[in-house]
Amino acid sequence: MKRVILSYPYVFVWMPLFIIAPMLFVLYYAFFRDGQFTLEYVQNVVANDTYLGAFWNSLWIALATTVICLLMGYPIAYILSQMKKRTAALVSLLFILPMWMNMLLRTLAWKVLLFDGGVFQQILSFFGAGNVQLIYTPGAVLLATVYDFLPFMILPIYTTLQKLDRSLIEAAHDLGANGAQTFTKVVLPQSVPGIISGITMVFVPAMSTFAVSTMLGGKQVMLLGQVIEEKFLAGTDSVLGIGSTLSLVLIILVIVSMVIMNRIDKDNSASGGTLW
Amino acid sequence: MKRTLSIILSSLMALGVVLALASCKSGGGETTPTGSADPKATGDSGEKTIYLLNWGDYLDKEVKDEFKRLTGITVKETPVTSNEEMIIKLDTDDCPYDLCIPSDYAVERLIAKNRLAEINFDNIPNIANIDPQYLKLSEVFDPGNKYSVPYTWGVLGILYNKNMVDEADLGSWDLLWNEKYSGKIIMYDSVRDSMAAALCKLGYDLNTTNEEEINKAADELIAVKPLARAWLTDSIKDSMVLGSGAVALVYSGDAVWSMMPDEGSDELEFFVPKEGSNIYFDNIVITANSPRKAMAEQFINFLLDGEIATRNTEYIGYSSPNVKVAENIDEFFLNCSAYNISAEDVARCKVFRDLGDKISLYDAAWNRIFK
Repeated sequence: MKRVILSYPYVFVWMPLFIIAPMLFVLYYAFFRDGQFTLEYVQNVVANDTYLGAFWNSLWIALATTVICLLMGYPIAYILSQMKKRTAALVSLLFILPMWMNMLLRTLAWKVLLFDGGVFQQILSFFGAGNVQLIYTPGAVLLATVYDFLPFMILPIYTTLQKLDRSLIEAAHDLGANGAQTFTKVVLPQSVPGIISGITMVFVPAMSTFAVSTMLGGKQVMLLGQVIEEKFLAGTDSVLGIGSTLSLVLIILVIVSMVIMNRIDKDNSASGGTLW
Repeated sequence: MKRTLSIILSSLMALGVVLALASCKSGGGETTPTGSADPKATGDSGEKTIYLLNWGDYLDKEVKDEFKRLTGITVKETPVTSNEEMIIKLDTDDCPYDLCIPSDYAVERLIAKNRLAEINFDNIPNIANIDPQYLKLSEVFDPGNKYSVPYTWGVLGILYNKNMVDEADLGSWDLLWNEKYSGKIIMYDSVRDSMAAALCKLGYDLNTTNEEEINKAADELIAVKPLARAWLTDSIKDSMVLGSGAVALVYSGDAVWSMMPDEGSDELEFFVPKEGSNIYFDNIVITANSPRKAMAEQFINFLLDGEIATRNTEYIGYSSPNVKVAENIDEFFLNCSAYNISAEDVARCKVFRDLGDKISLYDAAWNRIFK
């Protein structure tokens, strides 16, 4: 009884005020103009190819980020899980450490590093490739998003791998499975929940990211989040409507990807819920 | 353990909500600018304070101190980052600010909303220091010069690197479209300003609301896209100083910064294209309901003083409409092509007008450029 009461501030104040009300505002601005119901904005967004470019950019950046993070994150998490407890704690701390810093600051640091005449260009020019442009390219944006989101891929996978029952691996070996077979038949299937939450935690925020592309993209790569930001800052009503409609598109995309991820997760692991 | 923690957390949360609600009731949120000072509380007893809504880093602190020494009046500043923010903050009946420094079109909109007070120029004899040329230009947004006093001005133009650009290519907006400098052109990430460059290049009015003209200008900007290294705002200065751009669309004030002896580069020069351009004014205004209008006027008069204005201008780096400044200012500014802009160049420039609903035409064009 007492415990239920403790959740009241969250359920009745925090959630309505900061989660439900903003969503309702987004819905309102997407469908109403001067208090009149309108489908104008939805038509404008759907029937027009104006925002298609930003949409595809966001999608491919998010997908590429997720794939790269997974390809890098899984081996890292696996190696971590094989380490002694103490070393593992230390190394994983090194991965978590950057997360304690504000994401904007980290991105700003990338800006300095990638800037013309910056450290990376100096290194490249040492190898005779000093004229390669780094900042204001899609590559710069991708690099920074991968950097920002990599810990979100490593941690959930690491947690599942750590909880993995060692005796299962031993049993597999006893039954004659070699290293590769043990990995694909025993370790990988059991770490699916970790992979799923890793993918969700990287893909969803990467899809809506905008600060990174604003700072490192120089408008050469426009992302959906950036378009929305621009619309809201412009301040006029009609533009606000389009910004809200685009936000709605983003929310729907997030929900869809969550549903897909949950499906896959349920199919794969009957036991145990998702992490995080 | 967990339980204690959750009790602590939820009581903290509840406390936060209660405090937030309480402060809403008592204050109405926005009435207190900067810190704990409450402008409503200042009367004849206690110290004298006026409240200024200003851009960041847009007033020399020593000038404020000097004013305090001379008059005993403290100037408290609240920083804002856009004209839109200024308008929102001034557009209430119990606006706590006495003074503000909005740009031209924002002055126009604030006058239309009846949020500004007519200035009594009997209290501002130093208005004689303002070059009549600029008073005339600002009549576009403030007919009769009743509500505003020009504070700084600047012109949209091209900043270029002497060592990278051929002299023969200078003088016209065409430089931004010159394929020779492909990958070294930096554009300004702002609708009205980029469109102004394209409209002027085509010989159209930069306040046009003619859809065909706007579309043609947008086509021009689409043609720049493959040539442009990036579309930036604040980073333009760094990019140009570091030499990663050969030409950039900038405002003269930013150009002055990039050319400053200590942090800037001496390879950079600035010009106003011959086809004409945009001139902007930031203007001091007094809010309609200010209870400290006399003190506000005293401060404006102080700012217009020749010596004070010179010091202030050397600090902020934007061109001053004050004739006394031109006589006293440091030589760097007088020799700087972005500070000392000729009267002929200024005569070819136009002030942005508030376009009202028609701004949607520009938004649509902008969408088309970056789709």
